[in-house]
Amino acid sequence: MSWHSHEKLEKNALLLLGFVIVTVLIGGIVEIVPLFRQETVIEPVEGVRPYTPLELVGQNIYIRENCAACHSQQIRPLRDEVVRYGHYSLAAESMYDHPFLWGSKRTGPDLARVGGKYSDEWQVAHLKEPRDLVPESIMPSYEFLLHRGAKLHDLKQHLATLKTLGVPYTQEMVDNASKDAAAQAAGEARTDVSGLLSRYGDKVNARDFDGQPYMVSEMDALVAYLQALGTMVDFEAAKDVEEIGNPGAM
Amino acid sequence: MEKVDYNYGVVKKFTMATIFWGIVGFAAGIFIALQMVFPDLNIEPYLSFGRLRPLHTSAVIFAFGGNALFATSYYVVQRTCGVRLYGDKLADFTFWGYQLFIVIAALGYVLGVTQSKEYAQPEWYADIWLTIVWVAYLVVYLMTCIKRKVPHLYVANWFYLAFIITVAVLHLGNALALPVDITGAKSYSAFAGVQSAMIQWWYAHNAVGFFLTAGFLGMMYYFVPKQANRPIYSYRLSIVHFWSLIFIYMWAGPHHLHYTSLPDWAQTLGMTFSIMLWMPSWGGMINGVMTLSGAWHKLRQDPVLQFMIVALAFYGMSTFEGPLMSIRAVNALSHYTDWTIGHVHSGALGWVGFISFGALYHLVPKLWGREKLYSAKLVSLHLWIATLGIVLYITAMWVSGIMQGLMWRSYDDLGFLEYSFVESVMAMKPFYIIRVLGGVLYLLGALVMVYNFWKTIRGDVNEKEQNLAAQGAAA
Repeated sequence: MSWHSHEKLEKNALLLLGFVIVTVLIGGIVEIVPLFRQETVIEPVEGVRPYTPLELVGQNIYIRENCAACHSQQIRPLRDEVVRYGHYSLAAESMYDHPFLWGSKRTGPDLARVGGKYSDEWQVAHLKEPRDLVPESIMPSYEFLLHRGAKLHDLKQHLATLKTLGVPYTQEMVDNASKDAAAQAAGEARTDVSGLLSRYGDKVNARDFDGQPYMVSEMDALVAYLQALGTMVDFEAAKDVEEIGNPGAM
Repeated sequence: MEKVDYNYGVVKKFTMATIFWGIVGFAAGIFIALQMVFPDLNIEPYLSFGRLRPLHTSAVIFAFGGNALFATSYYVVQRTCGVRLYGDKLADFTFWGYQLFIVIAALGYVLGVTQSKEYAQPEWYADIWLTIVWVAYLVVYLMTCIKRKVPHLYVANWFYLAFIITVAVLHLGNALALPVDITGAKSYSAFAGVQSAMIQWWYAHNAVGFFLTAGFLGMMYYFVPKQANRPIYSYRLSIVHFWSLIFIYMWAGPHHLHYTSLPDWAQTLGMTFSIMLWMPSWGGMINGVMTLSGAWHKLRQDPVLQFMIVALAFYGMSTFEGPLMSIRAVNALSHYTDWTIGHVHSGALGWVGFISFGALYHLVPKLWGREKLYSAKLVSLHLWIATLGIVLYITAMWVSGIMQGLMWRSYDDLGFLEYSFVESVMAMKPFYIIRVLGGVLYLLGALVMVYNFWKTIRGDVNEKEQNLAAQGAAA
């Protein structure tokens, strides 16, 4: 190779710019484009559903408080992680997360399967003052969530936005978003939740999460979200899926 | 050659902003490091760790690092092209526009307006504003290159140009989002799950590769030869390592996603290219350090040059550590732990910080028309305090990170996990204290620099050092 041929680029800023653009685009194109084209990227798994409107409010609080700075939601197929946290994460389980919340640091434990691990009372008390339950914890306290009303009135727009982006919300789900959120936080004891369950499935947790029946607080929403995490797929009933859906294990 | 009327005004503004945001960013880092030792320092809701962590990372990367890149690129492009910077007003717009972006983003974090994607937290409206500012930056830079008086574009400009255009591409790709309401702050990312993860780490790894590496290599390619008063070691090496660096970096993102739901083939590609990346990275280090070949004595006498060479040493170290950590088996242990934090900081404090300090020490006397810095001794003091700080920081994080990884995967005789999670949290405490200490030293060093600059800009003369120099000359 003659080094003189490089002169052409050194003497023409626009040509140099063009070469740079082409050079830097290749890697991204090769790694990203196939992810949208391959059916094997996300194996369909039974049970995974879009978040209920209340869980979505909870997820948005999780995003707002940047919980992902310290908590991952991605269990790797390594022996100790599976023992500690449960079945390794499947691609389908985060397919409705806009954006993904896998995290990159575990200052606190992984939360991908925290749903159902602790009672609502434990979650509320822990979020209120982590050191009451775990004296050595270094997590901030989130008592203020108990005193803030969850914003439910604009949920229709939120679901519609996600629907545009490809989350399979039905028009019925969009139209009933605010009502479904209120019903989920009230629970069966106080309201009719049949509409919510018919739209999102019988496994949806519908109850007063925060022990404050007189309001739907941000705490209600966050706990509803946490209690749903990792619970959508029934791994006992889906042993056969597990055998083929094992892309990360080595 | 006729004297060119360079636009130093805008360079001065960016220089001031670099120093200001540097102090803010370092202090924010110390505060959140303290929160990890004393959780009561979390003042919810506005000043909790979750909200402040992006404030720290954005302040040091985009505010300190970004302003340093603006300042030096505007200086270097004028000096190496032999013309005044294109568009005085447009250049001024990039200054005020960029500071406005920083303030909008920072306010957002504290108020809880965030997309929560690492190093890409600002919401859609801030992203659009940044795009406008960035296009203006590209225009100013490119037009200055185009109207240059010298036939060749100097190598520093290749790196700056690659940094500007690639950051634009990455930002546009990763920030695609749909606002819920045009009058509201909230948006949803256009991508979900696996695709969102891949695009985010394609972005974030190359924020490291282009913002924190290519841009600062541009800085290195001008200021090291200038300070040493030697030509760059090898022209051919700079061609080879420039093209291989920008090509290979863009493939390395998936090493942040080992063992996740990302398909295996993408993880393997990411790992392979990350290991290959070691070579072009060291090409840059060698080209910088060997520039002193035949003039090593200058390193003994000039603390500013010492800053630059120590920076290159840290660059070499962290670009060796990175490929090591990208190997799947190593990553199985290191991922999710403090080791990653330590790795980032050996690059950020050691490479990005030190090459910037070196460049600033070179720039300030030139911009304000002083013969030299107020005190070379204070530069030396800064160098050693800050180096000690970095060493404390990264060794603490190595120990705590590897310990975390080992505790998490440790079993007792019966085959049960030996430690609960919180036991690993408790074990970190001494190392988190050492880290705070390291950060405080680094900030102290920077404050010494501020004092030195303040005296230099005021035009004060250090009688003692002046006399010593005179005696030396007489003897």
